[in-house]
Amino acid sequence: MNVTEVQEYVPVIGLEVHAQLLTKTKIFCSCPSTYGAEPNTLVCPVCLGLPGALPVLNREAVSMAILMGLATNCTIAEESVFARKNYFYPDCPKNYQISMFDKPLCADGFIEFELDGETKRVRIERIHLEDDAGKLIHEEDGGSLVDFNRCGVPLIEIVSRPDMHSAEEAGAYLVMLRKILRYLGICSGNMEEGSLRCDVNVSVMPAGSSEFGTKTEIKNLNSFKAVEMGIRYEIERQIEVLKNGGKISQVTNLWDSGAKKLVTMRSKEYAHDYRYFPEPDLLPLEVDDEWIDGIRTKMVELPLERERRFRKEYNLSSYDASVLCSEKKIADYYEELASIAGDPKLSANWMMREVMEELKEQSVSIEQFSLQPERLAGLIRLVKENVVSGSAARDVFKEMVKSNESAEEVVRRLGLEQISGEGELEKMIDEVIAENPREVERYREGKIQLLGFFVGQVMKKSRGKANPKLTGEIIKRKLSG
Amino acid sequence: MLHDVGKLTIADIRRLYSEERVRPAEVLESYLNRIEEKDPAIGAFLHIFKEKAIEEAETLDIALMESKPLFGVPIALKDNICTKGKPTTCASRILEGYVPPYDATVVERLKEAGAVIIGKTNMDEFAMGSSTENSAFQLTHNPWDTDYAPGGSSGGSAAAVAAGMVPVALGSDTGGSIRQPASLCGVVGMKGTYGRVSRYGLVAFASSFDQIGPIGKNVRDTAFLMDVVSGHDPHDSTSIQESHSSLVEALEEEIGDLTFSVPRGFRDLDLSPSVREALGETVEYLRNSGREVREVELPDLEAAMACYYILADAEASSNLARYDGVRYGYRHRADSLIEMYEKTRGEGFGEEVKRRILTGTYVLSSGYYDEYYSRAQKVRAMIIEDFRRVFSEVDVVITPTSPTPAFKLGEKVDNPIAMYLSDIFTTTANIAGIPAISIPARLSPEGLPIGIQVMAGLKEERKMIRAAYALEKEFDFQSKVSGPEVG
Ligand SMILES: [Zn+2]
Repeated sequence: MNVTEVQEYVPVIGLEVHAQLLTKTKIFCSCPSTYGAEPNTLVCPVCLGLPGALPVLNREAVSMAILMGLATNCTIAEESVFARKNYFYPDCPKNYQISMFDKPLCADGFIEFELDGETKRVRIERIHLEDDAGKLIHEEDGGSLVDFNRCGVPLIEIVSRPDMHSAEEAGAYLVMLRKILRYLGICSGNMEEGSLRCDVNVSVMPAGSSEFGTKTEIKNLNSFKAVEMGIRYEIERQIEVLKNGGKISQVTNLWDSGAKKLVTMRSKEYAHDYRYFPEPDLLPLEVDDEWIDGIRTKMVELPLERERRFRKEYNLSSYDASVLCSEKKIADYYEELASIAGDPKLSANWMMREVMEELKEQSVSIEQFSLQPERLAGLIRLVKENVVSGSAARDVFKEMVKSNESAEEVVRRLGLEQISGEGELEKMIDEVIAENPREVERYREGKIQLLGFFVGQVMKKSRGKANPKLTGEIIKRKLSG
Repeated sequence: MLHDVGKLTIADIRRLYSEERVRPAEVLESYLNRIEEKDPAIGAFLHIFKEKAIEEAETLDIALMESKPLFGVPIALKDNICTKGKPTTCASRILEGYVPPYDATVVERLKEAGAVIIGKTNMDEFAMGSSTENSAFQLTHNPWDTDYAPGGSSGGSAAAVAAGMVPVALGSDTGGSIRQPASLCGVVGMKGTYGRVSRYGLVAFASSFDQIGPIGKNVRDTAFLMDVVSGHDPHDSTSIQESHSSLVEALEEEIGDLTFSVPRGFRDLDLSPSVREALGETVEYLRNSGREVREVELPDLEAAMACYYILADAEASSNLARYDGVRYGYRHRADSLIEMYEKTRGEGFGEEVKRRILTGTYVLSSGYYDEYYSRAQKVRAMIIEDFRRVFSEVDVVITPTSPTPAFKLGEKVDNPIAMYLSDIFTTTANIAGIPAISIPARLSPEGLPIGIQVMAGLKEERKMIRAAYALEKEFDFQSKVSGPEVG
């Protein structure tokens, strides 16, 4: 696909995102909604859809859905109605899903995010609550087993308007959506485990047209990468079809993550008539202002606002601000660190390099990280006050991660206090000058880049303790003399 | 051992216990003997828990009698009420052998009240029908004449009480399924306001219509049982929040200034002559005792029937989707999923159930939803409004329970519409969610019972039961009529 082709056609993309809510129990029964338990151990008559069992709505799930509605600028309906979505599938024990249809809980909102320095806004059509299905496990002998642990875990479905026009835009929207969910603490956002799922609608239309083309659906996109790749693939395919005079048919495509391509499902399998009707086992859901106000008090500063504040307040680059705001807990950590250390810029540098690397290396989250802000701030202060050099500080950091010691304790134990005494430094500098006569000569002939070499030698001799700035000055003075 | 338990009421049984003349296990044994003797000709029971019932009765401590209103009282349950560890089939092949792992809320309440479940009764498959002939397993015969149907769908429960095989039973009522068989079997049957009795553990037919309710020999026993099973249940979101106020206590209140009414033009209703007479007599009695009997405009019964069948079948088509052979019940093993679904459901469900599922699926289909389902919902709202207006003017409405006395077995099986019309006076109460009760009034010339229905406004069970109690005294059915002679 070359650039001109894309310009001839405008892709139109909408996303339907399912997010599992982190409630303690399932949406219509009191079974735990925990992930990863032994199959069929977290079940009861209600979530198994046994004859006679009835659903009772979990208010915690409603509160979380409302929180998401508020975070995405939606209107919260005073009255919403659960509806049955009827379809037969073995992972769905009642053979209907309890969802919402014509009266969703939240509607008409939007999400903003930044892409290439530009603010984009994608409108949210609706957010509604529903119950998750179980999981089919296909055996090698052709048989299938069903695990109903996931059945009844609360989901919210977040339906966007078709406001995105590229795979990148859709990807950025999804990233922001996930960030918001995680900031609110209502979804773990793990696409691989399926706690966040994304179906995509894609169409293309000739540039300048105001009429949307026929859309197709992409399912089975189980990673952020897959979402973008799937969309790109489908846009390309549709443009190819149209350019060859063909017509787009309304199909559902499955993303094959192994082959990295889309496989079209037989459209017949999707000729569903869900026969929605109001769920008679549940009363209409009424949400009053008091409930909403109570939820509003739990609202947190959202990722985009926070990123913008970090840039402004701490003078951080866009990149640093976005990394530090990628997770609420990281941003919280950073702000605590910066405030104790009294140096936002230096704190950000330490976060961006040492802390992030360490988290990655240990594959732990920031909450599990052994070095909490207060101790790390101690080290940053020592760096700022020139008690330890930058390179020695990195060793101190490594030690602190392993122990419970304060920065001062490690510095003392390892004898890493920076040598800033001129007498001690001069002694070592003199030795280095004596040991490297040829370099001294070349430096004096004008190869002043060798200054770094001399400083390095002194650092080595001092086991990193020499104050590099001071060392450089003394060397310069001695060699120019 | 008691030799004649057939006529015992709950009060009689309690008296026997309090006078220490008999132990619960003996009472159970006596009833079991009667079942053994009578049921072969009636066919009311699908399951009888012989050893289990006596065992349970043995564990009852007489010291607890005062705190347990149904202490040592045998009870039969319609086989669509879930009983933990005991079969619950809905009289359907598709649930043959199914044993629920939990008790319905009403069953928990019955056990707590000291009742002993003696067996589960026959019914129309999934409660769809008005003669109990739609059971996949057996016919139930009307104890008054075994050539006749007991009505339905709670025909087994009504017949069991009528034949004295249990003092009381529970049924379920979606469009008249308690009241119509009670009427045809000469016993009392009531359904409360929608939400009065928890539906948790009642296998759903049409969720927004279904109510469990009591069947007894008289109004008092029925009220007694209703008091035990009623009340808010957190497991049923549609259950009424406020606490239930005792119907037994309401019986002690004077009938006072209750305003009675009958449908306008009731003399022209399409009724069997004997049913027309029974209604006429009722009005006469009331007028003779100095009561004004007003005539009120009831909702259009035919529109109500259409509304009922559209909405109930729509809900049923969804409620019955879960019987697919995947997790429990009947499964036709097949090579493909679709084939398993089709054969399992094709073989597991009976004709009437399939007819309802098809109708329900159709009325919910895109393109037909507005024409049928939405329109029926509007009619339902109008009927609710009609009744609200009626009950702002009067306290109770009196109608026949069924347009005819019992009909012969086989007479209507091939004519679903004729069968549906059997519920023409009962369905409106389910549509509007109002309480209604059927009490036996008299016998037809053929010696078959005729029931009169009393309906009251939402949550006005106490008014309804007072009116029914007064009428019961006047009809004096129990002492005028010797009762069915069976076997
Ligand atoms: Zn559960």
